[in-house]
Formats: sequence, structure tokens, C-alpha cells
Amino acid sequence: MQCAGYPEDKLRSLADRLPCRETQVTTLLSLMGEPDQYSYPSIFIYGHRATGKSHVVFSVMKDLELPYTFVDCVECVSPALLFHRVLLAFFGPDAAASLPRCPSLSDFVRLYKQMSSKTPATQTRFIILDRAERTRDMDFSLLPALLRLQELVSDNVTVILLSQVVWEKFRPNTGCFEPLLFHFPDYNKADLVQILSRDHHPSYTPELYASYINILLGVFFSVCRDLRELRHLAALNFPKFCEPLEKGEAKESDIHKLWRNIEPHLQRAMQTVYLREVSSMQWKEQQMDEKETTTPRGLSAHAHIELPYYSKFLLIAAYLASFNPARTDRRFFLKSHGKIKKTNFLKKHEKTSNHLLGPKPFPLDRLLAIFYSVVDSRVAPTASIFSQIMSLVSLQLLTQIGHDDQLDAPKYKCAVSMDFILAISRTVNFDAVKYLYDFL
Amino acid sequence: MTSKRKSTALTEAQCVSLAQKILRERLCQQRLPEQPVGLESQYRHLLELLKRTAVHGESNSVLIVGPRGAGKTMLLGCVLRELMNLKEVLKNVLQVELNGLLQTDDKIALKEITRQLHLENVVGDKVFGSFAENLAFLLEALKSGDKSRSRPVLFILDEFDLFAHHKNQTLLYNLLDVSQSAQAPVAVVGLTCRLDVLELLEKRVKSRFSHRQIHLLNPLSFTQYVEAVGSQLSLPQDFPHPKFCDEWNRSVTKLCEDKSVEELLRRQFNSSKDFRSLYMLLFLAVIRVSPSHSTLRESDLLEASRLISADSKANILHGLSVLELCLIIAMKHLNDTYDGEPFNFQMVHNEFTKFIQRKSHTIHKFEKPVVMKAFEHLVELEMVRAVDSATGKVQREYQLMRLMLEHGQVMEALQKYPQCPTDVKQWALSAFA
Ligand SMILES: Nc1ncnc2c1ncn2[C@@H]1O[C@H](COP(=O)(O)OP(=O)(O)OP(=O)(O)O)[C@@H](O)[C@H]1O
Ligand SMILES: Nc1ncnc2c1ncn2[C@@H]1O[C@H](COP(=O)(O)OP(=O)(O)O)[C@@H](O)[C@H]1O
Ligand SMILES: [Mg+2]
Ligand SMILES: [Mg+2]
Repeated sequence: MQCAGYPEDKLRSLADRLPCRETQVTTLLSLMGEPDQYSYPSIFIYGHRATGKSHVVFSVMKDLELPYTFVDCVECVSPALLFHRVLLAFFGPDAAASLPRCPSLSDFVRLYKQMSSKTPATQTRFIILDRAERTRDMDFSLLPALLRLQELVSDNVTVILLSQVVWEKFRPNTGCFEPLLFHFPDYNKADLVQILSRDHHPSYTPELYASYINILLGVFFSVCRDLRELRHLAALNFPKFCEPLEKGEAKESDIHKLWRNIEPHLQRAMQTVYLREVSSMQWKEQQMDEKETTTPRGLSAHAHIELPYYSKFLLIAAYLASFNPARTDRRFFLKSHGKIKKTNFLKKHEKTSNHLLGPKPFPLDRLLAIFYSVVDSRVAPTASIFSQIMSLVSLQLLTQIGHDDQLDAPKYKCAVSMDFILAISRTVNFDAVKYLYDFL
Repeated sequence: MTSKRKSTALTEAQCVSLAQKILRERLCQQRLPEQPVGLESQYRHLLELLKRTAVHGESNSVLIVGPRGAGKTMLLGCVLRELMNLKEVLKNVLQVELNGLLQTDDKIALKEITRQLHLENVVGDKVFGSFAENLAFLLEALKSGDKSRSRPVLFILDEFDLFAHHKNQTLLYNLLDVSQSAQAPVAVVGLTCRLDVLELLEKRVKSRFSHRQIHLLNPLSFTQYVEAVGSQLSLPQDFPHPKFCDEWNRSVTKLCEDKSVEELLRRQFNSSKDFRSLYMLLFLAVIRVSPSHSTLRESDLLEASRLISADSKANILHGLSVLELCLIIAMKHLNDTYDGEPFNFQMVHNEFTKFIQRKSHTIHKFEKPVVMKAFEHLVELEMVRAVDSATGKVQREYQLMRLMLEHGQVMEALQKYPQCPTDVKQWALSAFA
């Protein structure tokens, strides 16, 4: 990597620290130009999560010791904070302190101009806005103004926006100053192997770690290409991978054996840690005492909610009411009816559609009718049923609709998934599928 | 290095660096051009109007209307440059520059006006009954001391249309009102990219406007366009290294005559005629020049053009995981089947599951939450969007969504997708078979 105007040794160390991003670094540097030259007023860098946008831009700014402010728009909740950060970084605390209490863009630009006329930029100043999609939710004119800040303050300043959302989604209706677009491409499998292999464990060979990474990508690559996530998963599961080696059951060269050991484990990880169903800590602990808990946890996290016995039936009844057409209730729940004949009331086009469209609202009396029917005669109805309904609503397992309207009786919708209902049904020995119209 | 080169003051690398510096500054639009290209009549018209205020003390109002990057700000800048060359004007005329992006309401605007007229101290803590009173006071205060005549004030309102959104259009009403009465000589110059700007004005505001408009719509001819390219890329005659300058300028001339460059420029010209997008193209070409190749080459322009015309959505689609790509295809099928009606996650999942069960041998079954996570990533990328975000309590999987991609974009992405499994490709095409 060679670039006029920057010390060569620093460029070399940059290149070392940013594998697979040489082209991007070179292009970025040529866009920026030598420090005293003008750079384009605004540059929009986009690309998938963890393609190194923030990392590259930040490293370049920091290593080359350029004047810059790096602002994450998720942390920076108000324009005022942003203005403060910028003035502080470029002109010191006095400048930042002279912002009025609720500064407008007008105040910011005026102060910037005032300060920069005293100390004009000898090097391009850079304002970097990370996760820039958030600026759209702030003041409507913030983004268009920042895009042409160079013109507004007539000084050598460049605004760099970083985002994973494409520029088309930013452009206001009446247009604005168009930034230069610059894409950070996603890492392919080979890139990911190269980058992740750098984290190899000191007590094992780099080759072993590389083959571990290959196995990991074999499981996860079709689902997730996020480097940060993969790196986390790699670190988390490496001890398990090494277990056969530790115990002396396998040698480093027995890749197949090691694969057989780790593969199912990684599959399980996809359904748990990857989904944040269990925390990284829990996952590590589970790895330790795996022998005792043979059933894989995860996915089941919801099922750990303990409900009172009748609440379970209420919830099941609510689910049936939400997903069955009301006209089929007689067939399902009338005791005298005997065996259910499905053919009579099947309408072809209706089939399967209920579970696709989502739960439909139902009135209270329908819920109760189904409830008494499914609970059988095992319970005498009490007022506590109503308070149980209320608590299901407060747990957000049921949704209440139209409660503001005093004229209408309240309606409800069931707000849990089929898996959840099936899990609950099992605990009370009830076969819910038999009562679902969609699954006849 | 040869001894001949050593004798000159600048090395080749220094020359390149200096050339870059000059051209970058020009292409970053920080310098006014010597002369606006193809805007002679507009230039004369505006200069004439502003002279009447600046020299003869007549009030006036005018709108400069043209698309983005058409040169509105530049035109005004050039006119003011000439105007301020007149000695009596420079001493006498005051300028107030406002921008709809910055002065987002009339209170802020008034404060800014006061500041730019250097009247903060005069105003002090005075309280005014109305906006009009305040403005009148400011203009009165300008009649300093012995002079009975007020100093002319030029009010420049960039992004003029945004001021029309201020409450009651108070600022516009008052400024235009002053420009019609004999209170003080003022000119109100509005700059806007909205051709329908007059329809934004309230009746009482509109009736006070002179209805003078200067349009910057007449497109350049292609010859003018190419000439502009040549002149924008040329180095000035006073460049400290004449030999380098000559070589550079000759290479630019040659470049402009090149057939493939002409073709490229014509494509650019046909997609947008404005200078700003041209400058972006030229900027991207110029930055590729380095000591190792010290003149501008045809390949630099080609590469710049390739960068500019890159399709962002295609770039993002390229980086999706296979699972995410499958979901996009499922949504495309839903769009085809249901004529673009919105869909929910459950339906997408259903389509996907059907594919896994019936047709796929490379894609494995994924747990539903894993699929959901992929789906949510697409939402985050804004490729899929909720139809109505305010529906509140709908479960995530039943929230109605729309795919923000065209049919063609999906198919193209599929072609470019690295190592796309063939069964996935076939599935995407299957609806037409
Ligand atoms: N006719 C022209 N001749 C020479 N340069 C031009 C011409 N038109 C535009 N330019 C150049 O194009 C650039 C953009 O022009 P300018 O900033 O005036 O656009 P604008 O109309 O004010 O756009 P916006 O509506 O976004 O403010 C400037 O650098 C200007 O010098
Ligand atoms: N080429 C790379 N080499 C080493 N680490 C990288 C590389 N690209 C990204 N990373 C790491 O991945 C993580 C995510 O990168 P980041 O720059 O935050 O991504 P983005 O801003 O594109 O979402 C960072 O911790 C960074 O250290
Ligand atoms: Mg980032
Ligand atoms: Mg402008």
C-alpha cells in the first residue's frame, strides 16, 4: 500500500491490521487525498454488518492522526450532543461551551464558521457518523445540512456516513447534495477463514484453529455471515472442540473425529446462543455439565413460564378460538356430537390459511364456551377465571382489543405461537392438534 | 531521476500532488467558476435586478428556480462577485444569507438576521409586539446617523421552499411586504429546486411577490458539456511547473477526443446533465492519478464511471446469507401469486418450508426462530418493510410486510450471487416454468 502524504510505516501497520480490506483502505485514502487537500464534501460508506466499515475508518483516522470526530448515532440521541462532540473535537472545550442550551443547526453552523475562520483547517477535518440511518429520525434538515456542510461553513471538512442501509433509503423527497457512494463488500468464506484464523489459541497450532473455523463456517455460513457473531461463536465453542484433545482421545490430525464431536454441538448452538435464547454464560455452563442435562435446552425458553393449571387451559382455549373459524366450534366442542366428521365442513380454500393469516379476535363468551368444553367436568367455574384471563393479558400471552370502547364487549386474541401451545398442552395431557381446524 | 528534472524546482511527485490539490478543490465545488457556462442571459438578468437595488435603491424580489446542482447558488455567487466589485456597492450594501436547512423556524431566522446586520447590541433586551415590528425596527436601525437614506439590504434565501413551511409564513410575508413598500430598499432573492414553489405560498404572501423568476432549465448541449470537462480538468497557466502543466493539459485534450471517453460522457450526459454529478465523476477519476502514472488516463474515467453507476441494492443482495436469499425468493413468489398484496412472516416461512420439503436437497431445515432472525435482518436492511408500523400489538410473525425490491432486481441478484445452489436458482425461476 502506498499513498502520498502519509508515513509509510504507519500505512504498513494499517495494512497488517486490516486483512482483506486493502482495496477499501487504498480507495478510502485516495478519496481523502493528502491531509491538506480537499476531500469530497460527503462520503457514504455502506455494506453489511461487520464488514469492517467502522473498524477501517476508525483505524485509518486514528493511526494517521487526522483531525476527526467519530460519532455513533445510536448513542448520540440528540443533534445537540452531536454538535457538542464536533465542536469539542475540532475547536476545544471553549467552542463547545459557547453552544446555547438547545442549539439549532443554525447555531452550530454559525459557531463552526466562526471558529474555523479563526483556525482554518490545515488538514481536512472529518466528521464520521456511524449507523447513520438514525440521523433520519432526528431533525429533518440535519442530514441534508451535514451532507453539504463543506459548502455551508466554507472550510475543508468532510462528513463520512456509515450504514448498512442503502443510500436510496436516505434521500429526501426534494433531493439533497448527493454524497459519494462507497461500498464495503461482504467477506467471502475464504476471507472469513483468513480473518478468524488470526484469533488462534496460543496452545494449539494455527492449522488446527483454521480447520476448526472451517467446520464452524460449514455449519453457520449459510445462515450468518456476520464476522462479529461468528467470532463470538468461535471463541465460545472452541473449548468443546478441544475436549477430545485434552482427554487424549484424539490427535490434532484426527480432523474427522474432531468434526464428529463438534458438529452436533454447533447445530445446538445455532438454536440457542445464536438466537440469544441462552446467554453466553449459560452456554458455557451447559458445556461443562453436559452429561447431566441430556436434553438440549434453548427454544424452550418460553416454555419455562409456569402457569396455573386452569390458565393453561384458558390459553389453549384462546388459541383454538383464535385459529378456528367460529362456525366449526359446534363440531369440535359439542359433546353430543360424537365423532367429528371433517368432510362436511371443509372448505378447500380455507384450509391452512388460518395459521398463515394469524390469530383472529374472539369475544369472551366464545372463549369460555371452549374453555369449559376442553377442561371437561374437572372444574367448577369460579370468578377466578376472569382474574386469570386478566393476568394472561398482563403477561402478554393474550391481547385485549377494543378495551377503550365501553359499548363493545372486549375481544381477545391469542398471542403465542403454536409451539408454545403444544408444549403447554403436553403438560396437561391435552392433544391440541386434534382440535385445530387447520390440521384436520 | 534524470539531471534535467532535478534542475526544476518541483519533483514529479510534488507536481502530481499540487495538481491534485487544485483539481480537488475545483471539483469539490469550493470555487466559483470564472464564468458560468450557458447561463449568460440569466446572469445578465439577475445582475441587472440586483444592481437596481444595490445602486438605485429600488426594492425587488426574485426567485431562482432550477433542479439540484443546476448552478443556482453558483449563479448568484458569480453575480454578487461582479456586483461587489463596484466600489459604491461594496461599501453600502448589506447582505443577509439565510438557508432553509439551517433557519428552521422564523424565530431562529430573525435572530440570524439581527446577527448578520450586526444589530444585536442595538436590539438588546427590547421586546417586540410582532415579527413585523421587529423587522421594521431592524431596517430603521440601519439608517445610521446623518444618512437619511437606508442602506440597501440583499436577503438571500437558499432552499426558499423550506421557509414556506414555517408557521403562517411570517418571515416570507414580512420580507416580501417590505420589498413592496417603500420602507427601505431591499431585494429578496430566493433559491429553490421546486418548480411548483409558488403553489406553496399563501395568497397574501404570493400577492406580495414580484413574480419574477429566473429558470435554470435550459440544458447544455453535449459539445458544451465536453468542453466543460476539458476546462474543469485543465491546470491553470500559472502552474509552477510549465512542462508538467503542458503535458497534463495535452493529455486532457487528447482524453476528451477519445471515442470511448466520449461514449462514457454521453451516457453520463443522458442520465443527468447537471454539473454536480459530472464533478463527482471527474473527482473519482482525478484521485486515481499518482506519481506512478502522472497523467489522467481513459481507464481512470472508466473506473470512475463504474463506481458511480454501481447498484447499491445489488451490492447488498450479494452479501446475504443463503437462508436470507431464500426468504427473498419466497417473498418474490408471494408477490407473484398474490399480485403484490402484503404478506406476513408466517406465509414466507410456509413458502420456504414447502421448498425445503419438496424441492431442495442442498438447504437443510432450519428451526423457525433461526429463520425469523434471518427475516429480521432483512427488515433491518430495509429490504422488507412493515406496511403499517403503528399496528402495535400484532405478533411479529403476523405483521404485514412488503418486499422493497423489484422482480427484476431479485432475479439479477440471483444471477450474481456467488455459488448460488442450483436448486435455489430453479426454485426462483419455477413460477414461470
Ligand atoms: N452553468 C454552469 N457553469 C459552470 N459551473 C456550473 C454551472 N452549473 C453548475 N455549475 C457548478 O456545479 C456545482 C453545483 O452548483 P450549485 O451549488 O450552484 O447548485 P445549486 O443549484 O445551488 O444546487 P442545490 O439546489 O443543491 O443547492 C457548482 O460547483 C457550480 O460551480
Ligand atoms: N478485515 C478485518 N480484519 C480484522 N477484523 C475485522 C475486519 N473486519 C472487521 N473486523 C472486526 O469485526 C468487527 C466488526 O467490524 P465493524 O467495523 O464494527 O463492522 P461494521 O461497522 O461494518 O458493522 C470489529 O470488531 C472488527 O474488529
Ligand atoms: Mg459499524
Ligand atoms: Mg445551492
